[in-house]
Amino acid sequence: MTATNGDGGVQLARKDFQSDQEVRWCPGCGDYGILAAIQFMLPEVGVRPEELVFVSGIGCAARLPYYMNTYGVHGIHGRAPAIATGVAIARPDLHVWVIGGDGDMLSIGGNHLIHALRRNVNIKILMFNNQIYGLTKGQYSPTSEVGKVTKSTPFGSLDQPFNPVSVALGAEATFVARTHDMDRKHMIEVFKRAHAHRVRRSSRSTRTATCSTTARSTRSSTRTLGRNMLIELRHGEPVRFGAERELGVVLNELGEAKIVRVDEVGEDAILVHDERAPTRRSRSRCRGSPASPRCRPRSGCSGPSNGRRTRARCSGRSPRRPSSAVPAISTRCLRSAPTWTVA
Amino acid sequence: MNPAALKANLRDMPPGSTLLVNVDTFDQRNLDKAGYTSNPLTDGSLANHRVFEVPMTSITVEATKPLGVKPRDAERSKNFFALGLLCWMYTRPVEPLLDWIKRRFANRPEVLEANLAALRAGLNFGETAELFDHPYEVRPAQLPPGTYRNITGNLALSYGLVAAAQKAKLPLFYASYPITPASDILHELARLKHFGVKTLQAEDEIAAAGAAVGAAFAGSLAVTATSGPGVDLKAEAIGLAVSLELPLVLVDVQRGGPSTGLPTKTEQADLLLAMYGRHGEAPLPVVAARSPGHCFDAAFEAARLALKYRTPVVLLSDGYLANGAEPWPIPDLDALADISVEFATEPNHGDEFWPYLRDPETLARPWAIPGTPRLMHRVGGIEKEDGTGNVSYEPENHEKMTRLRAAKIAGIARDIPGVELDDQEGAELLLLTWGGTWGVGTAATRRVRARGKPVAHAHLVHLNPFPPDLGDVLARYPKVLVPELNLGQLSRLVRAEYLVDARSLTKVQGVPFRAAEVEAKILEMIEQ
Ligand SMILES: Cc1ncc(C[n+]2csc(CCOP(=O)(O)OP(=O)(O)O)c2C)c(N)n1
Ligand code: SF4
Ligand SMILES: [Mg+2]
Repeated sequence: MTATNGDGGVQLARKDFQSDQEVRWCPGCGDYGILAAIQFMLPEVGVRPEELVFVSGIGCAARLPYYMNTYGVHGIHGRAPAIATGVAIARPDLHVWVIGGDGDMLSIGGNHLIHALRRNVNIKILMFNNQIYGLTKGQYSPTSEVGKVTKSTPFGSLDQPFNPVSVALGAEATFVARTHDMDRKHMIEVFKRAHAHRVRRSSRSTRTATCSTTARSTRSSTRTLGRNMLIELRHGEPVRFGAERELGVVLNELGEAKIVRVDEVGEDAILVHDERAPTRRSRSRCRGSPASPRCRPRSGCSGPSNGRRTRARCSGRSPRRPSSAVPAISTRCLRSAPTWTVA
Repeated sequence: MNPAALKANLRDMPPGSTLLVNVDTFDQRNLDKAGYTSNPLTDGSLANHRVFEVPMTSITVEATKPLGVKPRDAERSKNFFALGLLCWMYTRPVEPLLDWIKRRFANRPEVLEANLAALRAGLNFGETAELFDHPYEVRPAQLPPGTYRNITGNLALSYGLVAAAQKAKLPLFYASYPITPASDILHELARLKHFGVKTLQAEDEIAAAGAAVGAAFAGSLAVTATSGPGVDLKAEAIGLAVSLELPLVLVDVQRGGPSTGLPTKTEQADLLLAMYGRHGEAPLPVVAARSPGHCFDAAFEAARLALKYRTPVVLLSDGYLANGAEPWPIPDLDALADISVEFATEPNHGDEFWPYLRDPETLARPWAIPGTPRLMHRVGGIEKEDGTGNVSYEPENHEKMTRLRAAKIAGIARDIPGVELDDQEGAELLLLTWGGTWGVGTAATRRVRARGKPVAHAHLVHLNPFPPDLGDVLARYPKVLVPELNLGQLSRLVRAEYLVDARSLTKVQGVPFRAAEVEAKILEMIEQ
């Protein structure tokens, strides 16, 4: 699809936003879909390539700016929101997008993320949440689920993950959305709204803050991602999902979201999604809901997620200090690689 | 002085110096608190000094009693009594002081009156007490004609940055996280919004440096300032700026280290950090201010180099310069050099724009800012191909780029003045100073010469690259002495670079050298 950009009446298309660099993600990686959605979306919103700056940190996701025929900075791990803050403050005329992974944004760059959100700087932050450190070949990330077995958590991860939407809402972001890499239509719709989001905060300047969380998966995992694994939230509509839309969400008296069968509670009890409702924070925490993204990239970046709760098991086995109960490293262990003797 | 002040400061008083003590405070309690086992006023331990015992508290209480001031409150005015007495001793005019007191305490008339009374009592005490044989007269300093004001290093540095931005025709973007002794630069610049200055108090030093990189990419004169702990945190972002080849000024107002160290005290121990404190081969220019007023010039020079060579530059100041003040000839802004640079506006390789196609003379790359049609490009910290700027892991290319980045910085030597040398006929010893030791270096040089001994003094503002003639200058003197407030960092650099037997005089007490210390070392080396 093309659109007219500016007074010159030039028709821009997806290719105008594609750089000449070969895209180098693993085959089947969800990042391709996100890149394509961005490149399809931009011609539709009438922005020129030279008005755009894509800023990223380090990670697989963070390679994206190289593939965009716009201005771009591939920065340092975690610091993209800070670098983008500098670009946006220096040049309010530009459209600044921040691209990063879950490790980039929520681990090493967590501090920059929350401060960029609370400052309400004129930037759009797009987090590619694959719940793993992809580039460094598969360590658990701050969004990995408890029990996730990765190279750095061979007995399963013990840490409670962040819910990115809760983090963004908690940091007072003024636009927060989550979309999915397999649903191009929805991605484009969300990106367009992010692009259009401008908040008049004070008389001094017009600024925007957006945190758009994109769950990513590969084709192999989404084959299993049926209709009952996604809850689509639409403003003004009841929150229902499932193959037959037989499931729904209700709020209990504590404001917590719960999944129920619609026929058991009745249509009227189902929550109606209100984007501007002050209680939306609680909705982001629909815990363990099928909506939490899944990612099992084919190569490189993820170990199987077996969902085992390993905390109890491990807490008994990993004392804080070495004690006599912990066996000393054995000679057999040291010799676990081929050895030879020199006479 | 009271007993505690006497205890703390006596070691700085050379034999024969004059001590004014507030005799009212030398009671047993205060002596005990200060750790004196006997009263120094009576035990003969001050025999080498001229001691004047003045009952400052009681006279101040007496002088303010007619105003109805209670003794407890009156005591607080006794510093004005001391000031009045000093004014008499040094024949200083009191009118400016009276004006200042009237302005400062305009809202508190009773305090105002008490302070004025105490000041007058001090003056009168000097006149009438027969303790002092004569007042001293300090003649005005011999300064070149011009309009002067008092300025601290941090303020001069702030103004230097603003002036540089104006002369570069660029907006100034300043990002920083508060830290002693650099915070005042943020405070000053935050007030200068009307000059097109944008300030950001970032969430930490990493963010401040990152934001500065972003602003530089977007076309601002980008600056971030901090002190040692912050420099540690900024290292990765500065390395990014080295790789992106973007202009950026990093100000390090040095303080005592390591770690939190001595936050409010001065030191010059970050020179090697400035030179080498990044991973990989990441050279950058280093400039150091030599006096509070010179912070203006040094900031201007740092900005000039950053813009012209598209490189981060480290500007070193220190706690002593930052908070120290001196009379400063207000510069004629029109007379400052034009340091503006051109942004790229056209493709530079056929129809294409190559972000790493260098200027053959300066080796600087083009600066194409977002918003410019047809010059869209991506820069990143990954090694890139010379010319195109595309990601490249080629072995030869990495070596080429590493050497190009180094050659670009080394080539700056052609663009900076030669060594500032104050030579003297017959001098065998060269005193080599950098940064804040300039003042004590000139004073020590004068003192040695006053004794009839020849000595030469050279001072370095540019520490990387060094002035092009530094090697020749060093080779002319059989003896070289480098006084530094560290354990010998410049001396190490010049020894390595020029194979000279530079000796160092070092001090790390959080306080500057005294001229006598440097003088004594020079004399000792001359005799050897
Ligand atoms: C200071 C620093 N520490 C560590 C790294 C190594 N590193 C690069 S990317 C990465 C994590 C990437 O994970 P994520 O941000 O989730 O991105 P993904 O690759 O999954 O898209 C790490 C640890 C680095 N580049 N810099
Ligand atoms: S390692 Fe994972 S995130 Fe990275 S490119 Fe491959 S599939 Fe994508
Ligand atoms: Mg990830």
